[in-house]
Amino acid sequence: MTQRYGDIAFEDRMSQVDFRVAGNAHIVVDTDVCRSCTTKACVHACPAKLFVPTDDGGILFNYEQCFECGTCYLVCDGGNAISWSYPDGGQGVVFRHG
Amino acid sequence: MRDRAGPAAEAVTVRRPEAADFDAVVVGAGPAGSAAALELARAGHSVALVERGPFPGSKNVYGGVVYGRILDELIPDWYERMPVQRWITRRQTMLLSGDRSLTVDFRSQNWGRAPYNGATTYRAEFDSWLAGHARAAGAVLVPSTVATALLRTADGQVVGVRTDRPDGDLTARVVIACDGVNSFLGKQAGLHPDEQAAHTTLGVKETLALPRETIEERFGVTGTDGVDIEILGGTSGVPGGGFLYTNRDTVSVGLVLGLPGLAKAGLRPEEILAELKQHPSVRPLVRGAEVVEYSAHLIPEGGYRSMPRLGGNGLLLAGDSAAMCLAAGIWLEGVNFALGSGMYAGRAAANGLRSGGPAVLGEYRRLLEKSFVLADHKKLRDAPGLVLSERVQHRYPGLVCDLAEGMFTVDNPRPKPGLRRLLRRAARHNGVRMRELARDALTGLRSFG
Ligand SMILES: Cc1cc2nc3c(=O)[nH]c(=O)nc-3n(C[C@H](O)[C@H](O)[C@H](O)COP(=O)(O)OP(=O)(O)OC[C@H]3O[C@@H](n4cnc5c(N)ncnc54)[C@H](O)[C@@H]3O)c2cc1C
Ligand code: SF4
Ligand code: SF4
Repeated sequence: MTQRYGDIAFEDRMSQVDFRVAGNAHIVVDTDVCRSCTTKACVHACPAKLFVPTDDGGILFNYEQCFECGTCYLVCDGGNAISWSYPDGGQGVVFRHG
Repeated sequence: MRDRAGPAAEAVTVRRPEAADFDAVVVGAGPAGSAAALELARAGHSVALVERGPFPGSKNVYGGVVYGRILDELIPDWYERMPVQRWITRRQTMLLSGDRSLTVDFRSQNWGRAPYNGATTYRAEFDSWLAGHARAAGAVLVPSTVATALLRTADGQVVGVRTDRPDGDLTARVVIACDGVNSFLGKQAGLHPDEQAAHTTLGVKETLALPRETIEERFGVTGTDGVDIEILGGTSGVPGGGFLYTNRDTVSVGLVLGLPGLAKAGLRPEEILAELKQHPSVRPLVRGAEVVEYSAHLIPEGGYRSMPRLGGNGLLLAGDSAAMCLAAGIWLEGVNFALGSGMYAGRAAANGLRSGGPAVLGEYRRLLEKSFVLADHKKLRDAPGLVLSERVQHRYPGLVCDLAEGMFTVDNPRPKPGLRRLLRRAARHNGVRMRELARDALTGLRSFG
């Protein structure tokens, strides 16, 4: 997407991070609940930019490049919109310079 | 997701095991967990140290400085062996307002030699190093394994943890949850107050590559010396702060952003960070550097007033799982508090095991209160609120920069204004009442003084 302030593109930023992507999703978002959400707080707050608004007012979510931080379930207004868990042991993000 | 580690998971009720697999199970091989496991193993107890990452530190993110004094007690010659990037010999606090800045800059070469004060290090290296000490003392490290639930008897005694391995129940006489800021185990035990989001900040960080010589030139250090900069302001109006630390051939620049403010602001974290990197006082330090890693992690910012109960019924909490990170403006210290609390949890548990019963919570609390862990947190209990307050966040940086600008601007032929007049003018200009200023100064003095 955009290159604001001459900073790097978001995909390039994420491509530097090592992810051991699991076969199954550790976070699932119920887009039906999202459709009635007015804040869409997750869209801005998720540092990995994984919550993408869809034309019909819902959310498209992909778990693969997740930092496993917990921001989304804490800011979510939709009660049970997000089923959140850590990936299985050994899977998911691997930070080298954390 | 009830059978995985998350907010919806619940404790599992089991029968009291006849013989436990281990004397103690410690969950999480961060600084708190490894310190606890090390202390227990040294006392001769069998310990399992369960870590969900493929190696200790792989899931962990911080700004970059470990303040090592507490390590003197845990690993006496730590500074000869710890994987260090740079020793901090220069600490700055930078106040940003618009494109202005005021910096307090302190340097001490004493910090560049033994016993040192603090060092930058990557968590992948530091956490692995520390867990290595626990292993060498006899603890069993169980990596790539998530503790998904507490095992509890019908009468509420914690007797182990369930893991995501096949037949993965690990029973123990005492469980120490060092599972970090999200602490799903602590929540299963009902120890945490509600309203976590209000006391939580999101930390985002870029690790930027720069040649060693460039870092030394830009930051005014040589050899293995390094710089630690805390930043107030520069968060595009979201309550929080920033940091900038030097490693050997990278610098870490990042932000700490209050979750409620971030959710409301409609700004993205990396955009706010890009804006900070454009500030005239920050840009020359990071210019031209390439991002080698982008990372994010939550911080429990609430301090003393937001701490959960510290355990009970065979369970203890230490480190971020007990909100023991100290985040108050000029300080961002969590690793040393995690090391201290983990060590005392391990010590209290070891003493409890030796005397037959795991009634260790009282002793744990006593050890914490006698040490910096709870002493500092009690003293600074009003600091997180003050630092994240509207005035400190939005008005004081402007006030201080106005004041500095008034003092340093030479506008002859007009006579120089007196300090009192400058202060009144700066306060008025930034919408601060003198009475509020006096009150905050008092709170600040009580906390920091
Ligand atoms: C951006 C940022 C900057 C910071 N800067 C500094 C700084 O400069 N200096 C400083 O001292 N502190 C800093 N801190 C704070 C510091 O990082 C924390 O306070 C510290 O890491 C807490 O240690 P801990 O052992 O309690 O938790 P953690 O370091 O979070 O360790 C918890 C461990 O438990 C594991 N785990 C969690 N759940 C499970 C489970 N269910 N099963 C198995 N394993 C599990 C995790 O993988 C992890 O290894 C910063 C924090 C952030 C986010
Ligand atoms: S905040 Fe929650 S309910 Fe709202 S859009 Fe995001 S995930 Fe859906
Ligand atoms: S856990 Fe963090 S990185 Fe992952 S989806 Fe939620 S907010 Fe985004």
